[in-house]
Amino acid sequence: MKIDRRSFLTYGTALVLGGAAGSMLSPAPWKLTDDVAIWTQNWPWTPVPEDGEVTYKPSVCTLCPGGCGINVRLVNGRPVKIKGLKDHPVNKGSLCPMGISGLQYLYGPSRVTSPLKREGKRGEGKWKKVSWEEALAAVTGKLAELRANGRPQSLACITGSDQGTIPNLIGRFLTAYGSPNYIRAATAQDAIEQAIYLTQGKQGTPVPDIENANFIISFGSGILDGWGLPGRMFNLYGNQKTPKKIIQVEPRLSDTAAKANQWIGINPGTETALALGLAHVIIKESLYNKDFVENCAFGFDEWTDENGKTHDGFATMAKGYTPKKVSQITGITPAKIKSLARAFARASKPIAINGRGHGAIPGSIDESLAIQSLNALVGNINKTGGISAIPDSNYAKWPEVNIDEIASKGMQQPRIDGAGSEQFPNTRFLLNRLPEIINSAQGESPIQALLVTDANPMYTIPDTTATKKAFDRIPLIVSFSPYMDETASYADYILPNHSYLERLQDVPVAVGISRQVISLAQPVIQPAYDTKHVGDTFIHMAKSLGGFISKAFPWDNYEGFLKEALSDQWRKLKKKGMIEIDHTLPEPMAYTFNTVSTKFEFYPTARNSAKQKEDSALPAYTPVPIEGDTQRFQLVLIPYDSIRLVGGYMANAPFMTKTVDDTVLKKQIGLLEINPTTARGLGLKEGNLALLKTPKGEATVKVHLYEGIMPGIIALPRGLGHTAYSKYLADKGCNTNTLIGSIEDPASGLDMAWGIRAKLTRI
Amino acid sequence: MSSTDQNQTVSTEAAPDSVNHEPETHAAPSSKSSGWVVFMFFMIGVVGSLLSGWILFPELLYSKKTQPIDFNHAVHLDNVSDGCESCHYFRDDGSFAGMPDLNSCIDCHEEAQTDDPEEIKFVDEYVTPGIEVPWLNHSKQPDCVFFSHSAHVIGADMSCESCHGDIGTSEHTRVYEENRLTGYSRDIWGHSISRLGKPKAGDPLPMKMNDCAKCHKEETGHKGACFQCHK
Repeated sequence: MKIDRRSFLTYGTALVLGGAAGSMLSPAPWKLTDDVAIWTQNWPWTPVPEDGEVTYKPSVCTLCPGGCGINVRLVNGRPVKIKGLKDHPVNKGSLCPMGISGLQYLYGPSRVTSPLKREGKRGEGKWKKVSWEEALAAVTGKLAELRANGRPQSLACITGSDQGTIPNLIGRFLTAYGSPNYIRAATAQDAIEQAIYLTQGKQGTPVPDIENANFIISFGSGILDGWGLPGRMFNLYGNQKTPKKIIQVEPRLSDTAAKANQWIGINPGTETALALGLAHVIIKESLYNKDFVENCAFGFDEWTDENGKTHDGFATMAKGYTPKKVSQITGITPAKIKSLARAFARASKPIAINGRGHGAIPGSIDESLAIQSLNALVGNINKTGGISAIPDSNYAKWPEVNIDEIASKGMQQPRIDGAGSEQFPNTRFLLNRLPEIINSAQGESPIQALLVTDANPMYTIPDTTATKKAFDRIPLIVSFSPYMDETASYADYILPNHSYLERLQDVPVAVGISRQVISLAQPVIQPAYDTKHVGDTFIHMAKSLGGFISKAFPWDNYEGFLKEALSDQWRKLKKKGMIEIDHTLPEPMAYTFNTVSTKFEFYPTARNSAKQKEDSALPAYTPVPIEGDTQRFQLVLIPYDSIRLVGGYMANAPFMTKTVDDTVLKKQIGLLEINPTTARGLGLKEGNLALLKTPKGEATVKVHLYEGIMPGIIALPRGLGHTAYSKYLADKGCNTNTLIGSIEDPASGLDMAWGIRAKLTRI
Repeated sequence: MSSTDQNQTVSTEAAPDSVNHEPETHAAPSSKSSGWVVFMFFMIGVVGSLLSGWILFPELLYSKKTQPIDFNHAVHLDNVSDGCESCHYFRDDGSFAGMPDLNSCIDCHEEAQTDDPEEIKFVDEYVTPGIEVPWLNHSKQPDCVFFSHSAHVIGADMSCESCHGDIGTSEHTRVYEENRLTGYSRDIWGHSISRLGKPKAGDPLPMKMNDCAKCHKEETGHKGACFQCHK
């Protein structure tokens, strides 16, 4: 058989066809089809959940100071889900989006996995992995050098909190070392705390018993947007024991305003005037709680001091705030002011709260004083449904620290931020003043070494440019952050802490009237990386520094310190996960105040700043000056908070960013809210790109027309515009702190900026 | 090329006066293909692919692996009080523990109890260094399938043998045939590559979706809804 080309093709084709026909009758194609389908399910990058034994570990969320109980679900020991802990007194099972997506902080790519030493320029992102020994030796070496030069006070530490044993341990380190500069960011809590101190003479954490109130006037507080203890606040909207009326006073229709019974649009920054206007109506119509005002209060009417000088009383002052005048300031009609005042005073359990949005910016002392006075007018101080201050609990105790001569000299130096000075006697922390103080210092920076833990000042301090400039002048910056945040990425050394699910920590939280809950955050997983508990790091540093500092830290590790500090409470805390302390005072004592007059002082006699000595110490509405001239900057920019975005030292978990509407963030560009009328005047349409300029900085934004914002006002959310962390977080939207500066309250030094002038041009 | 061409070729050759001619002689001198030769090649193709599909393909598709330890189920079953559930137990929350982990074995096997080389190997290589045995699971299913042992064993009172065969009385582990593409055991598809006929008595039942559906149809009258297993 001769095979030529043609027959070869013919036979070959026949063979192939036969093969094809035969294969149809064989199992191969059918089986392969099925197998290929299954093969595609098992590609290595397809996530497969862990399979195995399911266990639960209760702990406490420490992502914010809220202290919500959490229940972590683990499969084969791997945390896979975080839920709210049902029987925890703080949140009763509720949990905010941040708490729910907390596992992304544990597993996410922004973790710092070992100690790092900066290699390139600051912020360049070039790091060298170093051993713990090397990193600790380098840092303590520099700290020892500072002390040897007799300048221990030039060490500063910025932390996230001053509550609980970790902050106290760090505070103890600073004391033994010789620096008074333990600084944390001040929040609205600080302003309210100061107002309570001035009126009641009591130092403590202010707690509104909001669950038991039935008429809530919120002066811009984002009850549903992360204000207070978010997990606790959510419960206000669920099963309400008693029906509540929530009146939201703010210039923008926030989620909280949308869910309130009534939203009252107010000119931004004029809340103090409204509070005093409400007081005017309540006093004029004699709707105030006479029992409280007559028996337990001082300075309501005119009074004469020991020098024979007559001072105005609160009632005299309030006379000036007529509905008509207040209406002109706030933009709220006189009729609305009157009806709001009447409804508030007539409610059985009214309460007024303040702290804009999350409450990250303290606001003016006058504002907090005016609102505290409003609460006092209806007599709801230290009682169910009212406001009380819970004293710093002494549940944890440790031996006094002995310090050497160098430390003693250092501790006698004034605080760098001016808190507690003659100018700001009642303020404890003034982080907002730090950049300006460093930048304006002649010669060397007054801060030579900066330790940062549980804080991200490079992102959170208003006016990022000034902050960066100040940090550039600090020779040594050490971050203890478990995440590569903005401050960590600008540090010289990173000594990474365990992430919040890997570390032991006590979490004290004030809840409701006179109740304090101390919870124990217990590690739910062994540390995944080469990290070290920040408490252990400080104990190690203290021991390396030797002498009195070493003696102040006789404990092997943080756990040893915690056990000793809690003594007999430790076992209970370990077993139950939390302990409750009741600070309830018997009735007569609740209305005895620690002020000079032993009464609630409508006229705060303790307010003794230079200005107040001559003028009245009574709260007054003075417009908060905002930066920028009206000619160049015709609009006013206000930042706003949302529960779906984290504006504080932590950044969003990527899951949270997913929940953000495309009217807030579209791809990488943030959207700016503007009233359609204002937009029309500027020739802007929905979705237009625009350049936003403020005296502090500029940003490219997209325009979003929103009826829920007052004309002339524009708004941007806090919590976007990160430059560090990971690609899942960085470069999305803009950080409002790059656009807004801080404005010092002359009475307290606290930041009271609520916005800034701005200009918007289409590009 | 289609069958029409073939027919044409055949019809030209099949003229009435050339009935007795042998096809080869006609085909040879010309370059024209003989229909029979074409058919023969076609059949070679058919037979070849049938043979490779039915015999060679299964050989190539599955790799043969042995278990890390030659486990003796029979010995263990004799020594435990609670049958299969002594080791393959239900957890408190009702979930099924599946293959026992080292913790379950360690109670008895902290040290070798016999001089069986497999037991000594188990203790030396796994128990002492604390390494989990990488058992090859004949019944492992893809992750997209939800299966509750509780519903079947406790709820429907089925015996382990009814699906897993008489593995419990085996004295040696058998060869694990792993599908090279999917990574799953041949047991899931069933030993018969055609999936025809019934498995031998004592063999595990195949566990493809249709097998689940078939049993559910017989036992409950309904094949079941998608989301019951694909949650």
